[in-house]
Amino acid sequence: MSNYLLEVEHLQKHFPIKGGGFGNKKVVQALDDLTFGIKKGETLGMVGESGCGKTTAGRTILRLHEPTGGKIIYDGETLFDKDNKIAVNMLPYRKKMQIVFQDPYASLDPRMTVGDIVGEPIDIHHLCSSKQERYDRIIGLLERVGLNSEHANRYPHEFSGGQRQRVGIARALAVNPEFIVCDEPISALDVSIQAQVINMFEDLQEQMGLTYLFIAHDLSVVKHISDRIVVMYLGRMVELADSYELTMHSMHPYTRSLVSAIPIADPVQARKSKRIILEGDVPSPIDPPSGCRFRTRCPYADERCAAEVPEFKEVTSGHYVACHHLDKVK
Amino acid sequence: MAENTKNEKILVDIQHERLSFFTPAGEVKALNDVSFKMKEGEVLGIVGESGSGKSVTAYSLMGLTAYPGRLIGGTIDFNGHRINDMTEAEFREIRGNEVSIIFQDPMTSLNPVYTVGNQIEEVIKLHTDKNKEEARARAIELLTLVGINEPEKRLKQYPHELSGGMRQRVMIAIALACEPKLLIADEPTTALDVTIQAQILELMMELREKLGMAIIMITHDLGIVASMCEKIAVMYAGRIVEYGTTDDIFYNPKHEYTKGLIKSIPRLDAKDHERLVPIEGTPVDMLNPPAGCPFAPRCDSCMKICLREMPPVTYFNDVHYTQCWLNQKAEAEAAAKAGKEEADE
Ligand SMILES: Nc1ncnc2c1ncn2[C@@H]1O[C@H](COP(=O)(O)OP(=O)(O)OP(=O)(O)O)[C@@H](O)[C@H]1O
Ligand SMILES: Nc1ncnc2c1ncn2[C@@H]1O[C@H](COP(=O)(O)OP(=O)(O)O)[C@@H](O)[C@H]1O
Ligand code: SF4
Ligand code: SF4
Ligand SMILES: [Mg+2]
Ligand SMILES: [Mg+2]
Repeated sequence: MSNYLLEVEHLQKHFPIKGGGFGNKKVVQALDDLTFGIKKGETLGMVGESGCGKTTAGRTILRLHEPTGGKIIYDGETLFDKDNKIAVNMLPYRKKMQIVFQDPYASLDPRMTVGDIVGEPIDIHHLCSSKQERYDRIIGLLERVGLNSEHANRYPHEFSGGQRQRVGIARALAVNPEFIVCDEPISALDVSIQAQVINMFEDLQEQMGLTYLFIAHDLSVVKHISDRIVVMYLGRMVELADSYELTMHSMHPYTRSLVSAIPIADPVQARKSKRIILEGDVPSPIDPPSGCRFRTRCPYADERCAAEVPEFKEVTSGHYVACHHLDKVK
Repeated sequence: MAENTKNEKILVDIQHERLSFFTPAGEVKALNDVSFKMKEGEVLGIVGESGSGKSVTAYSLMGLTAYPGRLIGGTIDFNGHRINDMTEAEFREIRGNEVSIIFQDPMTSLNPVYTVGNQIEEVIKLHTDKNKEEARARAIELLTLVGINEPEKRLKQYPHELSGGMRQRVMIAIALACEPKLLIADEPTTALDVTIQAQILELMMELREKLGMAIIMITHDLGIVASMCEKIAVMYAGRIVEYGTTDDIFYNPKHEYTKGLIKSIPRLDAKDHERLVPIEGTPVDMLNPPAGCPFAPRCDSCMKICLREMPPVTYFNDVHYTQCWLNQKAEAEAAAKAGKEEADE
């Protein structure tokens, strides 16, 4: 038995392209070969540029998208295994595995009161037997995320972005989950409000023993909240390590440029630091480059990179990288 | 990074600007006594939360205040023009010529039904007496300047055929077509990925070296202002609550909001996990702003006087100033004493 709460192996999600011509079998290779484990109580951060498959990864793990291939194991139970044709009914797991979305404006039903938004999952899973119990539970949840009973009868448009995000979190917590996919939960918030919400995620984790997959494109935030970080590029993992190790001693050429590209909020340091500017844009996942998907922007790329997919392997203890030429990367 | 500019000529001089939006729900005092100056070639960053007045400040400089907004006080001088007195026709003369703007989402400012070439050449022809061939040549020159390969081919493409980063480069090319004195950049990289953001920021700084224009950089990202601006204006609820050099703001912040802002962001190089210190509370409701200091409801150091009266400006040197009672020593002490006496009663 492993000590992971969640494990995925070679998880894959390809989307067929609609409206393609006759016999057109093209697909969006949104996610390929995702393999990692998350320990109970751990936060695994996931970073990468837009379109690299973060949201797809989060949703596929929860089987909100049905995987195209691979395996998902949760708490020792196989939820999905393509090769062995296993695909269990997810309903019992919906209580344990939840998701918080990026956009606090779009993810809440504008016609429902905040109390009913938070209460809906309680109703779906028949978690309360009386009206009073339901009410108490809703108020308890609102208080847990820093809101109060007065807020229960109000509508989402009466709330600020940060407050709406709290409502989204209260809703996710309503079923007493163990594992939460947080998909860019603070990206839409003002800087001064982001810190409030980050602290709340940390407090809730401590109080409730939660396990997070924390997705964001802001590496500073991910580094702050995560125990380990996985870096994605065009649907594939390129590096995974302890969060300090990953930001301070990154090995993959993509991670290194990502780290160097972050503007440092310290003028003296910012003046000293050198950015590694990558050329060009991220290619399309419909027809990704052969071999290493990063090779079209990588300063170290050669023929081998075009011919062979680099293996994702452990280079030092707990530090995984997918690159043929780590010796060359300086 | 940007060193002190040798050129000391004042390009922008805003004094006591007041601007309100007269909405059905009431008057939104979007700008409340905003004053600052910019020298030619200077790079100013404006930071602050959503709704604090960053964009409104910059747009008013170009006569782009949207209905139902109205300038109701103060003076705006730009490059020898008294903006207050200008007509729409006069604004059209200077926009794109002396001052240009780039936005967060270049797709909204590019016209989807015209080619990139069409749009750049249009701007060139509007502001110069270049003919078609000359305009095309200049367009190719501009695309090359902003680092776009195969400019001839790009000119024939439509905006949707370009990536986000490429579109922002095109916007910059259009903005710089007439070598303006001032480029306003309103969150120009917010919609872009960090590696593309790094490309665009580097391009902007390179072009500023080459062309010597001043830049107003509007952003919520303290990292961006730290690395590219010389001066920073921190806005809160329609006021510049602190203004100073980049080093003043980061290493010697005087306003409680500025201090809070700097403390609340996670640092990439932190070795141990340090809990963030957030600014508690919610942003100001601009329809019903509090009396006194607008930051008072969220301020840990709030005193009685803060709830009653707007703090006056305190200058620390020629550049650095703030509006916070804590810096009005005499007043603050008196207020603290009075507060204590009241409490003792
Ligand atoms: N067309 C308008 N009608 C009514 N109010 C407006 C209008 N445009 C702006 N405002 C108000 O003016 C204030 C300042 O707005 P501004 O757009 O300058 O904010 P900002 O600092 O640029 O915010 P953001 O970071 O969200 O872009 C806000 O309270 C806003 O609601
Ligand atoms: N339902 C879908 N149908 C087709 N393509 C999709 C779908 N969802 C995502 N994609 C594509 O898959 C890729 C990864 O998307 P996503 O996981 O949303 O990226 P991220 O969250 O990292 O920004 C993108 O190219 C995106 O356009
Ligand atoms: S495998 Fe090759 S192309 Fe990919 S990151 Fe390594 S050196 Fe670059
Ligand atoms: S004036 Fe008072 S309330 Fe406002 S920032 Fe200063 S101490 Fe805080
Ligand atoms: Mg996403
Ligand atoms: Mg704005």
